[in-house]
Amino acid sequence: MTDIIHNLKTTRTSQKPWLTLKAREMMEAWLFVSPSFIGFLIFFLGPLCAVVYYSLTEWNLLTQQATFVGLRNFENALLENPDFWHVVRNSVIFALGLVPLNMALALTLALALSRPFFGVVFFRTVFFAPVITSAIAWAIVWKFLLQGEGGFINQVLALVGITGPNWLREPGWAMAAVIITRVIKMVGLNMILYIAALQAIPRDYEEAARLEGASRWQIFSMITWPLLAPTTLVIMVITTIGSFKVFDHIYQMTGGGPENGTLVLAFYIYQQGFKFFNVGYASTLAMIMFVIVMALTIVQVMLRRKGME
Amino acid sequence: MTQRQIQILYRACWTIALLIAAIPFVFPFIWMVSAGFKSVTEIFGAPTLIPRVWRWQNFIEVFTYQPFARQYFNSLYIAILVTVLTLVIASLAGYALARMRFAGAGLLMLFLISALMVPEEVTIIPNFFLMRWAGLMDTHWPLILLPTFGPHGVMATFLMRQYFLALPKELEEAGKMDGLSRFGVWWQIALPMSRPALAAVAIITFLFSWNLFLEPLIFVSSLEMFTLPLALSNFNDSYGLPLWNLQLAATSLAVVPILIVYLIAQRQIIESFALSGVKG
Repeated sequence: MTDIIHNLKTTRTSQKPWLTLKAREMMEAWLFVSPSFIGFLIFFLGPLCAVVYYSLTEWNLLTQQATFVGLRNFENALLENPDFWHVVRNSVIFALGLVPLNMALALTLALALSRPFFGVVFFRTVFFAPVITSAIAWAIVWKFLLQGEGGFINQVLALVGITGPNWLREPGWAMAAVIITRVIKMVGLNMILYIAALQAIPRDYEEAARLEGASRWQIFSMITWPLLAPTTLVIMVITTIGSFKVFDHIYQMTGGGPENGTLVLAFYIYQQGFKFFNVGYASTLAMIMFVIVMALTIVQVMLRRKGME
Repeated sequence: MTQRQIQILYRACWTIALLIAAIPFVFPFIWMVSAGFKSVTEIFGAPTLIPRVWRWQNFIEVFTYQPFARQYFNSLYIAILVTVLTLVIASLAGYALARMRFAGAGLLMLFLISALMVPEEVTIIPNFFLMRWAGLMDTHWPLILLPTFGPHGVMATFLMRQYFLALPKELEEAGKMDGLSRFGVWWQIALPMSRPALAAVAIITFLFSWNLFLEPLIFVSSLEMFTLPLALSNFNDSYGLPLWNLQLAATSLAVVPILIVYLIAQRQIIESFALSGVKG
């Protein structure tokens, strides 16, 4: 009896004449998404529009008001300022070093750790541990290990008669050190993505190939690798975008030095905007970064579509 | 050699190779703790794993050099707040995007996807002016608001949406029949069923906030307001050179508790990252 009354009540309230069911549902839905949407407008869309405008102004916080200069900053960055191309070059070297190294190592580890064996959990845990560690902490420890005099790495090298370089004080070595320590920090993430993909491949394929007498290499190159292609593509794009965003690691390990040898795009934006207060120019750099990341994403989507056909 | 012996030899080679490969992943943590107990002179002397003199004093000086306990607390409470806020906001929006039909849903999805792709570095300058205008410089508000509503929050929203989409609809419809409001269905039926997704979002969000660096660097200036990563990078002498033993002691204090939790819950934590990586 009470149930019937209850049902009657609810049907009555949901049929308020001034609000159709559909309109009511829509209002509810917007209530659900409104916190997210309002935050999106205030902290993302607004700032994104603002940065487009800033990039068209000459604006140094210390000396002047913003004045509209059109594409002057882009001209400055792309055609005149030698620093810009130096930074782009560094970012590209960083990406070209990091992405293949990271992916090759991730795939190797994943192939070794995708099947259960004694100790597999131990190894997965170990290789993933740096991923959850703060980049600052990781960079602090490695900067310490890589000290030129009395640093642990060089002491070990000295044991076998090699005089190690002053890793973080020479541009070439510093870049290599930053790339390698970054790979060690982040490779675990790609490793588990590869492991998940490998575990999704049906075992029958491999068994069938083995019965046909295929070697391990043949199985890998003709079955596993092609089936991993979508994962490889996603990992490649995510890792490349990530490599353009790297900031804290470089801030702590080299501060962009020596001789700007590790000055990459994200760090350059920070430096121009928050050290030299060149708001207009820094915004231009942010726009260029935006375009690079967008382009990479679009390439990914297009390649994925092509792969599906 | 028999087939079986070859198999065993092969396994053994792999295991040894993996053990060697594991060194650069494990050793920095061990060396960090070890150096945290050493004196400055011993730190750059002949390398020993066990300190000759255990200098416990380092761990006291960490707290007197700067308000490290306060900074630790800041990181902790900010990470918890960001996690709770992200869970609520992402699961609300994720639910609506998965289950409700409304005008503008497609456009909203498109907006959110675009937000997912834009790095924080791109919008950080206008956000700086926004926060300055709102009088929120040197407060913790930017460190709570920006991660919650930034690309990470959007990623959490999509993760929740994917999970809700995979849930059976029947229970929720039964709930509606019983007179639950939309909000009631979300709170009493959908949320309890999506505990694994909520746990995954909670784990990655907590770590994301805990390790955040760019935002604290830009928005926070006084020592009492620092978060851990900022505090760690601040153990320098007056020439700007690192006070290595203090810095490494402090880093140990910041990293080891997280590592212990990780070792206990490694399966859950790794799966959370796998989920966010695949979906995000």
